[in-house]
Amino acid sequence: MSVDKNLKILIVDDFATMRKVIRNLLKQGGYENIVEAEDGAAALKILKSQPVDFIISDWNMPNMSGLELLKAVRADDELKALPFLMVTAEALKDNVVAAVKAGVSNYIVKPFTAEVLNEKIEKIVKSLAA
Amino acid sequence: MDVRFINPFLNGTVQVLKTMAFVEPKAGKPFLKKDSLARGDISGIIGLTGSARGSLALSFSESCILKIVSNMLGEEIKSLNGDIKDAVGEITNMVSGAARKELETLGFNITAAIPTVVAGKDHSISHVLGGPSIIIPFETPQGPFVVDICIGGVGGK
Repeated sequence: MSVDKNLKILIVDDFATMRKVIRNLLKQGGYENIVEAEDGAAALKILKSQPVDFIISDWNMPNMSGLELLKAVRADDELKALPFLMVTAEALKDNVVAAVKAGVSNYIVKPFTAEVLNEKIEKIVKSLAA
Repeated sequence: MDVRFINPFLNGTVQVLKTMAFVEPKAGKPFLKKDSLARGDISGIIGLTGSARGSLALSFSESCILKIVSNMLGEEIKSLNGDIKDAVGEITNMVSGAARKELETLGFNITAAIPTVVAGKDHSISHVLGGPSIIIPFETPQGPFVVDICIGGVGGK
């Protein structure tokens, strides 16, 4: 089964450069339908106002962290089934455990390549379809 | 400063720049720095707390960081603009994360703050512990940069 490249992906990161880097890596995988938010609070506003198929979020952000966003998404009846990929520099065991407990779909530790990012997306989408 | 802290930051720096910017920096011999003067044109600084405490700075020469960020973004950047400052913060964050992951295997559980970025000729770096710091110099084909660390164990670690 191939993954629909028209998935609408929300990139959440407080660093505009990192959002641009992730956008470029996604384009290499054929994903062009992308929206961006600079923190968890801005991401929630987007999620409440337009349909999104997939969330890729940083962990450390001001206003609302990636973990807080993940918890908010999983607590919302309309959003709770959304695939959520955490992309972060936080590789400590405690962080991974906290994200898994909160219901993260998968986890990528920075730095990463386009291949790793696209593999994770495919893995998540295919597991949901199974 | 405990020499066990040096390699994780060295390895983390190489890993981040190789993976995200396709640049393979060559590390030189570390040395002690007693003043607060930055050894580059733009620096990212991040505070570290937990079972070790201190701060990490990465200071890049202009030519070096322009190439690194151009590679990261896939477009040529010609001056130290907002994208560069943003990227320096993110690179500092990633190096900190990679180094802390390696330090975790040595028994150090360290968390990091949000990085800040300072630019300009002869800017200074204020380490949390005051100093002195250890400089790990790096060379790239486009110019030098340094990793500037001042960190110490807490509670007898």
